[in-house]
Amino acid sequence: MSAALDTETHIASSIRADAPPAILLDKVNKWYGSMHVLRDISLQVATGERVVVCGPSGSGKSTMIRCINRLEQHQEGRIVVDGTELTDDVRALDAIRREVGMVFQSFNLFPHLTILENCTLAPIWVRHMPKKEAEELAMHYLTRVKIPDQARKYPGQLSGGQQQRVAIARALCMKPKIMLFDEPTSALDPEMIKEVLDTMVGLAEDGMTMICVTHEMGFARQVADRVVFMDRGEVVEQGAPEQLFSNPSTERLQTFLSQILRGH
Amino acid sequence: MSDIPLTTSVAGVPEAAAPRQPPALTTGPAAWLRANLFSSWLNTAVTLVLGYFIVRYAISFVDWAFINAIWSVENNQTQACRALKASADPGACWAVITEKHRFILFGTYPYEEHWRPAIVCLLFTGLYIVSAMRRFWRWELAIIWAVTLITIGILMWGGVFGLSYVPQERWGGLPITLILATFGLAFAFPLAILVALGRRSSMPAIRVLCIAYVELIRGVPLISLLFMASVMFPLFLPEGLNIDKLLRAQVAVILFAGAYLAEVVRGGLQALPKGQYEAAEALGLSYWQKTGFIILPQALRLVIPPLVNTFIGFFKDTSLVLIIGIFDLLTAGKTAIVEPAWQGFGVEVYIAISVIYFIYCFAMSRYSQNLEAELNRHRVR
Repeated sequence: MSAALDTETHIASSIRADAPPAILLDKVNKWYGSMHVLRDISLQVATGERVVVCGPSGSGKSTMIRCINRLEQHQEGRIVVDGTELTDDVRALDAIRREVGMVFQSFNLFPHLTILENCTLAPIWVRHMPKKEAEELAMHYLTRVKIPDQARKYPGQLSGGQQQRVAIARALCMKPKIMLFDEPTSALDPEMIKEVLDTMVGLAEDGMTMICVTHEMGFARQVADRVVFMDRGEVVEQGAPEQLFSNPSTERLQTFLSQILRGH
Repeated sequence: MSDIPLTTSVAGVPEAAAPRQPPALTTGPAAWLRANLFSSWLNTAVTLVLGYFIVRYAISFVDWAFINAIWSVENNQTQACRALKASADPGACWAVITEKHRFILFGTYPYEEHWRPAIVCLLFTGLYIVSAMRRFWRWELAIIWAVTLITIGILMWGGVFGLSYVPQERWGGLPITLILATFGLAFAFPLAILVALGRRSSMPAIRVLCIAYVELIRGVPLISLLFMASVMFPLFLPEGLNIDKLLRAQVAVILFAGAYLAEVVRGGLQALPKGQYEAAEALGLSYWQKTGFIILPQALRLVIPPLVNTFIGFFKDTSLVLIIGIFDLLTAGKTAIVEPAWQGFGVEVYIAISVIYFIYCFAMSRYSQNLEAELNRHRVR
């Protein structure tokens, strides 16, 4: 499906081992009511590392990624992002959210604002950037995701793939250190998936720290430094994509891979 | 693989099909009549019967209201009107309006000073028109409001600039209705937004307070609130301190309208997808930035129809102040026909008052439809 994604050659790793870890999860637990959705999740993501999280639906992968910028709150354990621990402290949270960009499955663009306004709102009000500068920045990133000519339109006038690329540009306009992708291609028609994945590959080439929840195995092969397989709220297995996909050591991952591959 | 659907869809389009006219008799007035009024024998019968009644009553109304009507009389001599009313072919006595219109519009305001409330009504109407125009939607509008409202206060009270002082007890008629409605909604709307946000707050104390406010106010009739404001409230005040009766009624109206509008606004807040809140939070917007830029602009657009519905309802509910003796438009109209010479001409007076209410309410309704279309343009491809 992702034909132009070059799954054969893995892009060069940009992990900076000297820098402190970008994200650290230490024995994180979360419950919805009595349902235990995250069980003792421990995960460390280095600066510049690209992690792909996969697993069957309901395995807690979205919940985990949403805990990292506290769209969901964890109940036990520690989450440290860019050196700041996530607590009830609002200032710490604001600081983290400024540095962490997020892309959602359903785009979540603001439908009443133009594409340009979508991209400039946060830089102007959160980063206190002058309007002109914010617009130049937005046009820069909109050019990068290849839709500068749509800047004056409203999100409803764009295709799904274009909307998701705008959502990526919007997140990038905050110049985040870390990007989180929560199933960014799951709501897209097949012919639009590639344009979004290409954008993400470009981002990976620039050395962005990324965590990406996705089922796009071709993308994982090409981009990921590490693949994390989750099931029933646990990290079951993790490792380099080649090793994990060709030699799954657990039965759960074998089952999952066979289901995924049958679909392709 | 991704190419396949593309090519099939292109191949499926026939090349340059020539545009054709729609078949005859599916458009045009004749087709419309056939489809909507005469599509079956039953529909034809209903159409004919209803048509008969509509035409018949329209004719007798025109006869009554225009052809047989008396438009003015000399010196309160209403015998002609009474004779006409009792005759076999009755007519309206619009003379009551000609004679009493100034009392209906301005109540017991001193007769020589009627130009002052007249200007006030024009100022209010002008204020509505200016506020309705989108090109005036900027912060300067707040100054226009402040200046206009102060001018209105000066005109009504007087006592400065050589205007004679008119105590509030003598105000009446249309200005009272417009004052109650304008101040009522201007204060109730922001209050409602805060209460609606408060009901969804994560802080329990604020949430409980807002829920209590809405449920308490919504649970009692406006009339009992007005009674409380006019009778009970002064009992709690220290001796000698007396808050204006109109002001107390005004506060009651604001609180009442606020509770209803809050629920309407809350409906809009709840209708918004959760993703909008999350996207705003993920970008690092603060609570008030998120609310002001993302949530409210969308939520309020969604609830324009019920919002205007409530506005219109409250514009007319201001007439309930008659029970605490405030002279609004409706009360002034009722009082105008107390005089023996004019007793029995209520229909004419009520029709005239209805027309005034209708003009304001219909304008609001049309404007809201317009605004809805305008503001929701972004949803149209």
